[in-house]
Amino acid sequence: MAPETFLRVLGPKPYKVGYAQPSRRPADGRYGENPNRLFRHTQFQLILKPPPVNVQELYLQSLEAIGIDLSMHDLKFEEDNWEGPTVGAWGVGWQVMMDGMEITQFTYFQQCGGLDLDPICAELTYGLERLCAFMQDVDSVYDVVWARDPDTGAVVTYGDVRLTEELQYSVYNFEDADIDRLWAHFDSYEAEAQALLAKGNAVLADENASPTEKRRFPLMSTYELALKCSNLFNLLDARGAISVTERVGMIARIRNLAVGVAKVYVGQQAS
Amino acid sequence: MADFLLEIGLEEVPARMIAGAEAELGKRVNDLLTRERLLGPAAKVTSYSTPRRLAVLVEDVLASQADTEEKLTGPPWKVAFKDGAPTAAAEAFAKKAGVAVAALEKVESIKGEYVGATVKRLGRAAAELLAAELPKEVAGIYWAKNMYWRAGKPERFVRPVRWVMAVMDSSVVPLELAGIAAGNASRGHRVQHGEAPVVIDHATHYAEALQKAYVVADVAKRRHSIRKALDAETRTVVGARWREDAALIETVVHLTEWPTVVLGDFEPVYLSLPEEVLVTVMRDHQKYFAVEGADGKLAPHFLAVLNTQVDEEGRAIIRHGNARVLRARFKDAQFFWDFDQKTPLTERVESLKNVTFQKELGSYYWKTQANLAVAHGLAVTVKGAGIVFDESALLKAVELAKADLTTELVKEFTELQGVIGGLYAREQGLGERVAAAIYAQYTPASTEDEIPPSIEGQLLGLADRIQTITAMFGIGSAPTGSKDPFALRRAANAIVKILADSGLPLTLSEVMQASGADGENREQVAAFLRERLHFYLKDVLGYAYDVVNAVLAADANDVCDAMARAEALTAVRGSEDFAAISAAFRRIKNILRQAEEKGFTIAPARSETLSIEARQLADAAAALAPEVAFRRQERAYGEALAMIAALRPVVDAFFDKVMVLDPDPAVRGAHLGLIASVLSGFSGIADFSEIVTG
Repeated sequence: MAPETFLRVLGPKPYKVGYAQPSRRPADGRYGENPNRLFRHTQFQLILKPPPVNVQELYLQSLEAIGIDLSMHDLKFEEDNWEGPTVGAWGVGWQVMMDGMEITQFTYFQQCGGLDLDPICAELTYGLERLCAFMQDVDSVYDVVWARDPDTGAVVTYGDVRLTEELQYSVYNFEDADIDRLWAHFDSYEAEAQALLAKGNAVLADENASPTEKRRFPLMSTYELALKCSNLFNLLDARGAISVTERVGMIARIRNLAVGVAKVYVGQQAS
Repeated sequence: MADFLLEIGLEEVPARMIAGAEAELGKRVNDLLTRERLLGPAAKVTSYSTPRRLAVLVEDVLASQADTEEKLTGPPWKVAFKDGAPTAAAEAFAKKAGVAVAALEKVESIKGEYVGATVKRLGRAAAELLAAELPKEVAGIYWAKNMYWRAGKPERFVRPVRWVMAVMDSSVVPLELAGIAAGNASRGHRVQHGEAPVVIDHATHYAEALQKAYVVADVAKRRHSIRKALDAETRTVVGARWREDAALIETVVHLTEWPTVVLGDFEPVYLSLPEEVLVTVMRDHQKYFAVEGADGKLAPHFLAVLNTQVDEEGRAIIRHGNARVLRARFKDAQFFWDFDQKTPLTERVESLKNVTFQKELGSYYWKTQANLAVAHGLAVTVKGAGIVFDESALLKAVELAKADLTTELVKEFTELQGVIGGLYAREQGLGERVAAAIYAQYTPASTEDEIPPSIEGQLLGLADRIQTITAMFGIGSAPTGSKDPFALRRAANAIVKILADSGLPLTLSEVMQASGADGENREQVAAFLRERLHFYLKDVLGYAYDVVNAVLAADANDVCDAMARAEALTAVRGSEDFAAISAAFRRIKNILRQAEEKGFTIAPARSETLSIEARQLADAAAALAPEVAFRRQERAYGEALAMIAALRPVVDAFFDKVMVLDPDPAVRGAHLGLIASVLSGFSGIADFSEIVTG
């Protein structure tokens, strides 16, 4: 979960942001052979904090704005409550189905980083590859027309841009990633994150520290280390290296880091 | 007399929660109006729901409560009035009752003359009462999962409340829910009607007004139109039928406000995948109905229920979109099917070491070894009773039963565990007996479900479940009153059901024996299984509670035998003779209990000292006991019970004429011995004292 989402939803300050967020799920890699499922896809992530009263209507208008004529399609909001245990986050909401395909995850966050949110936010996550394939009416995301040369009209497809990447990353994620080194990286990043969190907590608790000093503490880099741990966990999982019993423990370790980061962030914001 | 309508406008409520909430809201409104005496003689409550609203219409509501009169009684007249003048007591009472002293009345009662007052209570207006009480009722609705959305978290509900409608006839009832004031406008279908409000000019015009706005508010109507549309679409394919799926119908009913149906196709090449996989993808992931041909086999079509009505061009677009998604999912399933077969089940058993069964007990590899031991034990018992089955197929099936948990297909479709194992076993040439046993291992899923058809499947099902139960009890994870996270009750019900329907010569104690349960663990498991047998006889088969108690008191181990005894006992319990016998046995038990409390000894006496009635009873009982025992062995329960009933005259005569607790200890002892032997001799079939008569 990108810091722009994880951190901005915390605390009382209103915030509205939209950005392209890459989502990496090693276990979803298909060597570029599946028309719909990718190791890495890009979401358009929207955070609306607090959510407008007519947020659902605005969402529908956004679909119209990108060229989807709702009167020609079947739209349903089906219960789907997103949760991210590694970042201590969960919410309540829907997967938005368009003609049988999920195009958006629509979530009212209730907690993040283990903290209750007040105000809450609406998180709208548009699946860009799927939406493009849907609108261009192609059967595979790799056939999506990515760009057209203005002079020659030559087409560059999504596959031209990303197929090799999907294939090679799948090979690494499922076959070549060095499990022992992955564990070592995890322990190392975790330790560094913990050391930084200790420093962050110390500076926040220090009565003599100025607001500038408090805000200077590199909380964002600390969070980045936690994200690295999360990614390593996903890689180890894709390699089949984590037993079911170990899994719970590992998720807890990453969650601890995320919760620590959330607390320091809130403390920094308040100072 | 008026009609009241309440509508709560929401963001889409989870389909699985709507029916319960609609019913609860209707009940709450009905109960509120009833206890507040606001329902007219012709009152009718109708509830409605769509994914975006819950509504209740109450016809014939009283505009206000009837005024009531309450009669209060105060101090005695003598205390309240002295020489015709009111005292302080009279004034205090008048003040408390809220009436003038002059309005006090004299009340006569058996205790004398008292002061009384008649207090008029004005009825409250319905609108005022509803405005005050309904928000509490709505806030009290149960939701399996709810959320908060307003800053400061003032309330929790299933989804944000976006509009509220509350009208009495045509006037708005001024209530507020979640900070939203009630009005007289609803909302129509998001797309087909758009955002213009739908004004409801009279409460009773609700459904009709919404219909014009492309919302079918009545659930039954929506269900009916979905079914008809499924029929109509399927008729476009000659000879085809859609596969009935009541649960899916309910889901799509609660996902739509204006349902229509479209029939789509998929490439016939995917029909080479097992039907179980295809239907799971269609139903669980896409909420499509499957279509079958006249031969009952799956046809390359699907039926999607839409939440909109579009023209042919739109239908083509929607059909095409759905077909593309389905194709991608089938491609996934095909990929998994092919990928999985590269590692046959036989090579997957080792990797079960990485799949946790339960964190304190161990992995599925551990469970497989444990299951093998139990299955072996059951096989020995069943073989010993002369039943013929394929033991090596059984053991192979047990060994491989959990291997499918490591496959990609089961990881994707966890509900297909067992089924996939069975299908892979068949594909991989492990033989039909092995495949069928693995396939059916998780049946029966409920007491209404079928048991595995083969003996190997039944034994695998028994072994797996008793091992789980015994092991979980062993680590202290028995179910409690409200929690049964490992579904042990369901597992035990399945054990009883398998034994009941298969007729296998296995008792519950033999099943436990095979699982290695001993000591306290065994006692707990035995009690648990007995309770499940009780449940089966009473709640599933419907035998009367006293018959079940009587039957299980005699034996609670042999399931089929218990069923036969319950059947026979039910047939005779109504007869007069049997009622008398039951009463007599109860009496015997009571006397024996009294005797034990008083420390009387039981001792056989010489027959000469006994009365003629006692001797007659003794002789009849002695002659009958072996006959009954023989018939019990032969399971000729009807005959046995008839014989016991025939004892009635002798038993009655004994109790009429004989004082059991004779003052002479020797005679008393002999009597006690006699009735004790009657009790034990004839309680092998059932404990008749449990039968409730009269």
